[in-house]
Amino acid sequence: MRLADKGLIDRSKLVTFTFDGRSYVGFAGDSLASALLANGVKLMGRSFKYHRPRGVLTAGSEEPNALVEVLDDGQQTPNTRATVQEIHDGLVARSQNRWPNLRWDMLSINDLAAPFLSAGFYYKTFMWPRAFWEGIYEPLIRRAAGLGKLLPKHDTADYDRAFAFCDLLVIGSGPTGLMAALTAAKAGRDVILAEEDHMMGGRLLSDDGQIGGMASADWANATIATLRAMPNVRLMPRTTVVGAYDHGTYSALERVGLHVAHRPHLPRECFWRIVAGQTILATGALERPIAFRNNDRPGIMLAGAVQTYLNRYGVAPGRRVTLFANNDGARIVARQLMAAGVKVAAILDSRPVASVIEDCPVYIDARVTDTKGRHGLTSISVSHAAGSMEVETDLLMLSGGWNPLLHLTCHQNGRPVWREDIAAFVPKPGMIPGLTAAGSANGVFSTAECLAQGRDTAAAVLGLADLPDLPHAEAAPYAIQPFWAVPGEGRAWLDFANDVTVKDVKLSAQEGYVSVEHMKRYTTQGMAPDQGKNSNVGALAVLADATGRGIPETGTTTFRPPYVPVSIAAMGAGGRGVGFAPQRFLTSDQASRDRGAPMIEAGLWYRPSYFPKPGESTWREACDREVMMVRQTVGVADVSTLGKIDIQGRDAARFLDLVYTGTFSTLPVGRVRYGLMLREDGLVMDDGTTARLGENHYLMTTTTAAAGQVMRHLDFVHQAYCADYDLRFISVTESWAQFAVAGPKARQLLNSLLDQPLGDFPFMSCGEVTIEGVKARLFRISFSGEEGYEIAVPTPYGESLFRDLVARAETLGGGPYGMEALNVLRIEKGLITHAEIHGRVTAFDIGAQKMIATKKDCIGKASSTRPGLTGPEREQMVGLRALSDQPIGAGAHLFTPGDKVNRENGQGYVTSVCYSPTLSSWLGLAFLKDGRARHGQQIRLVDHMRKTDVLCEVCDPVFHDPEGGKLRA
Amino acid sequence: MRLICPLCGPRDRREFYYSGSEDYLNRPTPDAPAEAWDDMLHLRDNPAGVTRDLWYHETGCGSWLLVTRSTTTHEILATERVADRKGAGA
Amino acid sequence: MPELIAKTALSGQSTTHAGTTLAEVNLGQITSIACFPGQMAAVSAVLGPFPAPNTHADGLCWTGPDQAFLIGRAAPDLTGLAATTDQTGGWAALRLTGPLAVDVLARLVPLDLRHMTEGQAARAPLGHMQMVLMREADSFLILVFRSMARTAWHELEEAMQMLAARKAL
Repeated sequence: MRLADKGLIDRSKLVTFTFDGRSYVGFAGDSLASALLANGVKLMGRSFKYHRPRGVLTAGSEEPNALVEVLDDGQQTPNTRATVQEIHDGLVARSQNRWPNLRWDMLSINDLAAPFLSAGFYYKTFMWPRAFWEGIYEPLIRRAAGLGKLLPKHDTADYDRAFAFCDLLVIGSGPTGLMAALTAAKAGRDVILAEEDHMMGGRLLSDDGQIGGMASADWANATIATLRAMPNVRLMPRTTVVGAYDHGTYSALERVGLHVAHRPHLPRECFWRIVAGQTILATGALERPIAFRNNDRPGIMLAGAVQTYLNRYGVAPGRRVTLFANNDGARIVARQLMAAGVKVAAILDSRPVASVIEDCPVYIDARVTDTKGRHGLTSISVSHAAGSMEVETDLLMLSGGWNPLLHLTCHQNGRPVWREDIAAFVPKPGMIPGLTAAGSANGVFSTAECLAQGRDTAAAVLGLADLPDLPHAEAAPYAIQPFWAVPGEGRAWLDFANDVTVKDVKLSAQEGYVSVEHMKRYTTQGMAPDQGKNSNVGALAVLADATGRGIPETGTTTFRPPYVPVSIAAMGAGGRGVGFAPQRFLTSDQASRDRGAPMIEAGLWYRPSYFPKPGESTWREACDREVMMVRQTVGVADVSTLGKIDIQGRDAARFLDLVYTGTFSTLPVGRVRYGLMLREDGLVMDDGTTARLGENHYLMTTTTAAAGQVMRHLDFVHQAYCADYDLRFISVTESWAQFAVAGPKARQLLNSLLDQPLGDFPFMSCGEVTIEGVKARLFRISFSGEEGYEIAVPTPYGESLFRDLVARAETLGGGPYGMEALNVLRIEKGLITHAEIHGRVTAFDIGAQKMIATKKDCIGKASSTRPGLTGPEREQMVGLRALSDQPIGAGAHLFTPGDKVNRENGQGYVTSVCYSPTLSSWLGLAFLKDGRARHGQQIRLVDHMRKTDVLCEVCDPVFHDPEGGKLRA
Repeated sequence: MRLICPLCGPRDRREFYYSGSEDYLNRPTPDAPAEAWDDMLHLRDNPAGVTRDLWYHETGCGSWLLVTRSTTTHEILATERVADRKGAGA
Repeated sequence: MPELIAKTALSGQSTTHAGTTLAEVNLGQITSIACFPGQMAAVSAVLGPFPAPNTHADGLCWTGPDQAFLIGRAAPDLTGLAATTDQTGGWAALRLTGPLAVDVLARLVPLDLRHMTEGQAARAPLGHMQMVLMREADSFLILVFRSMARTAWHELEEAMQMLAARKAL
């Protein structure tokens, strides 16, 4: 029921929305919950396990009952709290966990079966047979017990993420937060004020009190206006700080576009990472319910929530109201309701001694013992000091006291301390360095104290002397006498969201789960979307009672981030699809695509797989053709992805001798040498060629895969072991576009291109050449076994040169070749890639032990000779030639023919395979126990994945031109 | 988590590559016994308290850092460039 | 005869959202100057003052320990004093100008750029990419690896579009 002249809603702006297919009208500023309540809708959801009808319990993000699905532009967002969702024109929401509809839910039969569905029911019942766990029990339970549903499709909406920095982060904009922010801001500090609600002001928007002689909401608005005008203040409404991490880092979820209909590019949410010098936790406190039989009906709400609906939204959620409370503070809500003309039938105070002077009947030593009303509360049964009675009521307000919202202070495993006087846990100072709780979050409840603590805490943590004056405000003490649960028969709910009752917690204690962490897992108390915000303290009070321990001895469970549910989409904002990792494109990218080449990912790079020709229907046809093309005429491939490191200085040679197994100080200028790099533990890190461009100038190449790792390694060796060397190096991978030109006609192609024809340029030479006056570098190296060159030009010329090289190759009967052919060519030649040097092989394993120079030290040398890293028990690299036409696959395992195929008999594994058009056979590279001694033997290749079982001949890995005559031609 | 790069200033953890123990800085001589190499490569203390380990400012300046920190409080006690430490390169 | 044509990574494209412009720019020659140990003073004598960490001035930008990029002019002969390496083609340069610039970068760079002043520079990530960032009078100059230029562009423009949509709320 909407009341006239109350609330901070904009009555000039009507908003139309839909809930469960019915259209309703609310006002701008309404939450979905307030708008539904104003329309008389009390039933908003079904409970998790028993499918009990539920209404809204709270007015904030801790709401356990009113969880709905919101549908927006193809999105379906489950478990949206109706108390948080702002209404907007076109909003479509629907209830969840019910079938066929909210009023008539078939699975409410679970409620009748409740005697069997106690805590641990699933653990006890669905134990046997084990084979039923995944296939039968799980789907069954998931269907019955549930929350909202996700759509089984990609979330294509926009999500944003951002970093922010400040001197002071203030979390919460109630009296404490506003005063803290104001104090810091006036001192010129850089302040972020984060508020979960879309309106700033916190409690001040709902409490109908006075500050500095004006309505507290007006004071809040004036203060916010002051802050907004200051350039050193950032106000972040709709932002929940969800996690506290090391060194002043906080995560926060901002709801950016969820309060309007979908718009292009408008993010739904933004996930913030905020770095704060100091942080003040001014999150306030949450009210606790009281447990009694059937305390979960629609129409039973927390008193503070009713106050919010009344004063902030102008909604009376009932016509005949009762209050059940254990403290003085809650009575103000009853008084405000009466002042607004709402009938208050009774105040039921659990305390034996309390004032009875109110404008309505007050009963002390009172207990609510039961409630009635299927889809909404109709009456309650009460016992009190002077007897018992039935009271007709459609709104029962509960107040079991207040819990400081201290979750963030526990995110690094800190434990709060119990304060007997307020019957609540409060933060222990220093649990998170730089985070200080103040105000109600710190157990201080009057407005005056909150204002003072906000100001003084800001002053203390920032070291400020010049402080603003404190306005006058209410300072009534908070008088509470703990009362958790009404004893008696029936089910009394503690955790509404997960349907955990007092009985369940007691059962847990009875069955030996007396630790609070065990009780939580046994009953699932605190494991629902609200994470026990409404139930933790009540549940552990019941547990403490059942085990005969005190509450402080019982302790709390661990609070972990996030404080409220956070969508994975928000947390991973920017990381979806192409945002997952950078894409690296070659200068030849467009030229390759123009020729129809499918691109494959090689690390972050996109490289052409093969270049299809008309008439070719499979990749193999193209690949075989490209291989033969390189073997017979000439092929061109973009090899710019190889890492290139420019190394200079008088000590460059010394440095290379240290990082490579071979000796590079003896390499003549103008020559190239193959280098093998080990890790310090003796395993192979990488390989590549290094050219000596000048006396003190080398150019190292790395594999594409290990370019980053090698750079990091070189930086380490330099900075850790030889920082004083006359040595500098830098990556030039991106500075040069480099192309392999390989095949018998390679030199002919180059001579048609270079400004000066090649003179004597033997295998493993390097030198500077020019093309059209552009300086280029030429290396005579080969990854194919043919006469091969690599020519490098400054990257801007890359595309142009590639197109030109390919055109020239084609006039000679050649053309471009892709990754597939490149792979076949190198396997035929027995050349390794990271398929072979995968991090578990030694120089010995790949037959390169002689490359470890004996006359000098190098990284990994000492380790490479350690026992176990050499010898016949090692799996050594060999070639495999299939003895049939059947394809073989990498990953297959090797067995001695006649042996049983099992793990114990494994002789090795296959790392690379190809069909060799040159040798008309399937070839493989493999690691085989004592492999070098087994050349000529037969080995059985078994691949359970591809269901192949092929006999192969073990041979030397160099299949093609083992003498290397073609290389040196 | 944040580290202070002596050259670049306070930076987010995401900018750094974690390597491991400071033991890697103490490379035995080539003729050292196998035990010395084993100590350097594989034998680690696992202190509840102060530890020193190596981080690489990978998306920053490329400095290797020696970081002294507490595994219990997560406090960063000191950060130093590996290249700047006493005896580096000796 | 061949005709070699030089191309920048993004053909000089530009885009504007909510008054903020992202454009690829051609900075001309870029040379890495890495002073050999003990030679910084000698290098400065030839080149002009070597930039302090996290600064840039007069076409010299600090890029790492003892290292700077010389931008927009040819490198003098520094043989024996510094390793000089041509980096011209290795980087794509993007200039971001306008009222949303700081907020756009706050999406991708984990640094507080609100107080970055003209002449300051940083080595920092742009998303997952390595970057050289320079604050100019009215803009930010962003250098990323050339091969990643399209990703950098995509991520920056996406941030611009989301901020523009947010501004229009």
